[in-house]
Amino acid sequence: MNHSTEAKKFNRDELRTTWHDQTLWHVRQKRDAVAHAVPEWESLRELASQIKAHTLSRLDVYLEEFEKNATANGIQIHWAEDANAHNRIVADILQKHKVRKLVKSKSMLTEECHLNPFLEKQGIEVIDTDLGERIVQLAQEPPSHIVLPAIHKKKEEIGVLFHEKLGTEAGATDPQYLTEAARQHLRQQFLSADAALTGVNFAIAETGGFVVCTNEGNADMGVHLAPVHIASMGIEKLIPKLAHLGVFLRLLARSATGQPVTTYSSHFFRPVAGKEMHIILVDNGRTEQLGREDFRRSLHCIRCGACMNTCPVYRRSGGYSYGSTVPGPIGSILSPGIDLKKYSSLPFASTLCGSCSDVCPVKIDIHVQLYKWRQIIAEEGHLGKGKKLSMNMAGRLLGSQKAYQWAGKVGRMALRILPRFVIYNGLNPWGKDRELPVPPRQSFRDWYIKRENEK
Amino acid sequence: MKIALFIPCYIDQFYPQVGIASLQLLQKLGYDVEFPLNQTCCGQPMANSGCERDSIAAARHFVEVFSGYDYIVGPSGSCVYFVRKHYHILPPSDALTQVQTRTLDICEFLYQIAGPEKIRAFFPAKVGLHASCHGLRGLHLGKGSELMGDAFSIQESLLHRVEGLELVPLDRSDECCGFGGTFSVSETAVSVKMGNDRVKDHLNHGAEVLTGGDMSCLMHLEGLIRRQKKNLRVMHIVEILNQTRA
Repeated sequence: MNHSTEAKKFNRDELRTTWHDQTLWHVRQKRDAVAHAVPEWESLRELASQIKAHTLSRLDVYLEEFEKNATANGIQIHWAEDANAHNRIVADILQKHKVRKLVKSKSMLTEECHLNPFLEKQGIEVIDTDLGERIVQLAQEPPSHIVLPAIHKKKEEIGVLFHEKLGTEAGATDPQYLTEAARQHLRQQFLSADAALTGVNFAIAETGGFVVCTNEGNADMGVHLAPVHIASMGIEKLIPKLAHLGVFLRLLARSATGQPVTTYSSHFFRPVAGKEMHIILVDNGRTEQLGREDFRRSLHCIRCGACMNTCPVYRRSGGYSYGSTVPGPIGSILSPGIDLKKYSSLPFASTLCGSCSDVCPVKIDIHVQLYKWRQIIAEEGHLGKGKKLSMNMAGRLLGSQKAYQWAGKVGRMALRILPRFVIYNGLNPWGKDRELPVPPRQSFRDWYIKRENEK
Repeated sequence: MKIALFIPCYIDQFYPQVGIASLQLLQKLGYDVEFPLNQTCCGQPMANSGCERDSIAAARHFVEVFSGYDYIVGPSGSCVYFVRKHYHILPPSDALTQVQTRTLDICEFLYQIAGPEKIRAFFPAKVGLHASCHGLRGLHLGKGSELMGDAFSIQESLLHRVEGLELVPLDRSDECCGFGGTFSVSETAVSVKMGNDRVKDHLNHGAEVLTGGDMSCLMHLEGLIRRQKKNLRVMHIVEILNQTRA
């Protein structure tokens, strides 16, 4: 995949691009407003970053502590090395309970593992119960944003989709009407499900419990009705103590959607009598990323999506242009660790403006990591021959005063005397929509020397 | 105090008037300024494209040329940022540390070393300020809108000193223009859209002049403005700070 090609397609409809940009910018503004209301915001970010750094520095110890305490609580712990192992564990649990229908609350990890198609192949019906996720599931699309999965869809399009799939009135676009229809539809699903799967926002080593944050209460609805609860979590979701949770809960919803807190922050400690609770601890490349010193901090991520909302490129290219489960700036530093060649265009899908790093509630130095991935991509030979060669030539030219001065003079002269069609054509991507600067006869250096001589 | 004027390669070649304004402005303030003739480029274009190694020759050359001055002052937050934050591609040395710590963006120099009260300029126009990313978030020439705390901007403070100048507010005070070096040619669709959105913001607020501290961003924006024949003049901030009553 190539981000630039996909972004170009997205930009064919400029009005839609503007709409997408403004919708997400609005979320960024809401985030700014609530963050400003917290005087200690910057200290909170620092604290959260330090807690994550500390946890990652002794992740093995905390994971075992968590396993011990969760097991003592009556939760069944499973370890999954990769996506396949995770999916098999889920399938085994479901098989044991003869599950026909599984309701899921939002979990980017199961997207990452491609759990839905895996289970569907085995004849299990999977229903995503988060409204945005249900919308993209009905449309047979992946999420385009990790917090706002259907943000790329306009309400008119959702009206058409719901008319087709849920039998709402043709032409209906009223969000309240459409939401109510989804609500009634989902109620039926919750009532008839045999098992519920949730993600995990935070797992607490000290207590063996975990927290799931939702705005719709769909995690609770699924879990409380079904006899089996499976929670899938990436191993980086751990925090050492319950006391640390407040730091993250204060940051998460504010950064994600501009709410002071998510509507539901549901704490799970042990299964209800007669029911089962499982936690699957998933690695799937995380340990490898932990071993990469320059990229370790990417594992601080609490999946708030703020870097997407603030990214001027994401807002104008859409989630699908990244071709990875996690799009946007954070996706562009996580994905190359999974498949460097496939995702080699992603670290270049940025101007390195640094907005992502400053908005990040856990202080991931995203733009620094983008820069570092670029170096690795070039070194491993995924840059493209033309670019590599031109950079090498530029490097030599700019390392020598004489060569530089000569090239500058020739270049400026060429721009002055060549006819327009030679300069502005398909070979000049700059000139398609932009003028080149008007080349002056005299460089600054020429002017300076002349002036010195006249003194 | 001996100051070396650092004029980035593309300014030397395409925007001599920005170099001239920088020199005149510093000399007007009474500084002893020299333009080392052997300078070329800081090396940023190659490194940002993933070819840090191809920047080493330019970086080494930069340190050689600019050693021994009290300050190295240049009209580009981006190039200064590269010298200060990325020259660890060279082996550590006293000369390197000295050059890195003494290289300042010209607005930084005017504000922190010269003092903004020294600015005497006259420019009666409605001006929109484009806060370039490397200067803002890299060199902290101001507080980015993402961070909480008291707002400040070195560039705004300098422009407030200019008689007759009216700074127009923008809907998005510090969104990137979409230049981004080779990004501007490898990601043209997004780059152009970002630039157009910036230009619109300035025009919507009645700006007659669009200014900023980085000519690279301004080259991109000016390229769009000229192609679309929009009525918006583009000037580097030093060109404005160097204007006096005729």
